[in-house]
Amino acid sequence: MRKLFMPLLVVATAMFAYAPFMIDQAAYESSMGLVSKIFYFHAPSGMVMLLSAVVCGIASALYLWRRNPGADRLAMASAELTVLYGLIVIATGPLWARKAWGIWWDWDARLTMSFVGWLIAISYLFVRKYGGPGSDKLGAALAVFGTANVPFIYLSVNFWRTLHPKTSVVPTLPPLIRGPFWFSALALFLMYLLLLTARLHLERQRAALDALYLAEED
Amino acid sequence: MLLLNRFLIAFAFLQPAAQGEFVPVKPGEGTEQLPAGPLVIAAYAIIWVAMMFYLWTIWRRLNKVETDMRALERRKSTK
Amino acid sequence: MFTRTALLVLKKDFAIEVRSREILYTTLLFALSCVLIFSIAFVKEGEPLLDAAAGILWIAVEFAGTLALGKTFERERYSETLRALLLAPAPRAAIYVGKMLGVVVLLAVAEALLVPLVALLFHAPLLAQPLLLMALVAAGTIGFSSVGTLFAAMLVRARSRDVMLPILLYPMTVPVMIAGVRGTSALMQSPADVPSAIMWIGLLASMDVVFMTIALWTFEPLMTE
Repeated sequence: MRKLFMPLLVVATAMFAYAPFMIDQAAYESSMGLVSKIFYFHAPSGMVMLLSAVVCGIASALYLWRRNPGADRLAMASAELTVLYGLIVIATGPLWARKAWGIWWDWDARLTMSFVGWLIAISYLFVRKYGGPGSDKLGAALAVFGTANVPFIYLSVNFWRTLHPKTSVVPTLPPLIRGPFWFSALALFLMYLLLLTARLHLERQRAALDALYLAEED
Repeated sequence: MLLLNRFLIAFAFLQPAAQGEFVPVKPGEGTEQLPAGPLVIAAYAIIWVAMMFYLWTIWRRLNKVETDMRALERRKSTK
Repeated sequence: MFTRTALLVLKKDFAIEVRSREILYTTLLFALSCVLIFSIAFVKEGEPLLDAAAGILWIAVEFAGTLALGKTFERERYSETLRALLLAPAPRAAIYVGKMLGVVVLLAVAEALLVPLVALLFHAPLLAQPLLLMALVAAGTIGFSSVGTLFAAMLVRARSRDVMLPILLYPMTVPVMIAGVRGTSALMQSPADVPSAIMWIGLLASMDVVFMTIALWTFEPLMTE
C-alpha cells in the first residue's frame, strides 16, 4: 500500500478535479436546478460517513473483546474520518437546503440524527484525547453504543415528519445521472481509503514511538 | 429582510415533504430566483479544503512523531 | 446467585441512601429548579407553550438523572468501594444490574413528583392516560439508566468525569429522549393519540433490550483492568 499511496493519491485528486465536468454534463433535476449538483458530493459523503462510523464500531467491539491493538488504531482512525466526512455532509447540506428549502437548517429527523452521529464521533475523539488512563476502553464502549444507535436513528427517520429526500432517490436515478453520481462516490471512497491508510500509518508510528520510550525507560 | 426570511420559511413548509425519486427537468423549465452558482462552488471548495487540510494535519503530526523517533534513537546511540 | 447479588447491591445502596437521603434530596431539588427555569423560558404571557410540558418533563428527568448517576458513583469512589465490589466473587453483570436498579428506583421517586408537578404548572393533561404514561416513563427511564450506569461506572476512574458524563450521555440518549417526548406529546393530545404512543413505547422497549444487552456484554471487559 505504501508504494501505491502516491499514485493512488494522484488518481483520487484527478478524479476530484474531473468530477465537476462530469456533473456538469448530467441532467438537471426538475425542481431545484443548478443547486441540485451539490447532491453528487453530499449523498456519497453521507454514505462514506456511515461506513466509517460502522467500521469504527466494529473495530471497537473487536478491541473490547479481543484486546487487539490494531483494532484500536483502526477505530481511532475511522472515528477521525467520520468527523471529517460528517463535516463535509453537514457543511454541504445547508448550502443546498438554503436554496431548495429556503432555510439553512431544519430540525428534521435525518438532519438531527446526522448531527447526533457526528457529535458522538467528536465525543469519541474528545474521550481519547482528554480521558486519561483507560480512555481506550471508554472510547470503545462509546463507539459500540454509538453503532447500536444507528438502527434507531434510521427508524426514527421514517416515524418523524421529514423534509429530507428519502433514500429511495439513489436507486431510482436515471442512467445519465447514475454515472457521475457513482463516479464522485468512488472518488470520495478512494479518498477515504487513502486518508485512512495515512492516519493508520501515523497511529502505528505513534505506537512504535511509545514502545521506544518504554524501552528507553527500562 | 426579516419579512423575506419569514416568507422563505413559510415557503419551506409549504413544499411537499420528502421527495421519493429523482425528477428530471422538463424542457423550457429551469428559471432560478436565488443564484445557485456560488452555493455549488462553495460546497465543492469546502470538500477540497477539508480533505487537503486533513491530509496536511496527518503529515504534520507524522513529521512530529518521526522527529521524536530520530531524536530518541540519536540519544540512544550517544549513550 | 445472579438476582441475589443484584438485589444485595441494591439493598446496600438503599441502606446508605436511607441514612443520609443526600442523593434523593439533591436530585429532587435539582429537578424542581429545572422546572422553574423552564417555566421562565417557555411560558408566554402566563400561558405555557403548547406541547412544552412533554419536553420539560423529559429534560428534567435527563438532567436530574445525570446528577444522580454522578453522585451515586462518586460515593463508590470514596475509599475505593467500587473496586472492592468488583473484587467480590460475584458475576460482574449482577453488580451492574444492582447499580442500575438503584438509579431506576431513585428516578422513579423523582418522576412521581415531577409528573404531577409539570401537569399542574403547565396545564398539561399528562394524567389523562395514567397507565400508558407510566409505561412510557418506565421504558424511558430504564433506557436512560442502562446507558448511564455503564458510562458512569466506566468514568469512575477517568479524569474530568464530571464534564465527561453529560458530554457522552446526552448524544447517546437522544433516541430515548425523542421517543419519550414524542410519546408524551401524543398522550397529551385531546383525544390522546394512543396508537402512536404505543408505537413509541414499543420503540423504547426495543431500545431498552438492545442497550441492556450491550451493557451487560460490555460491563465485564470494561471493568477488567
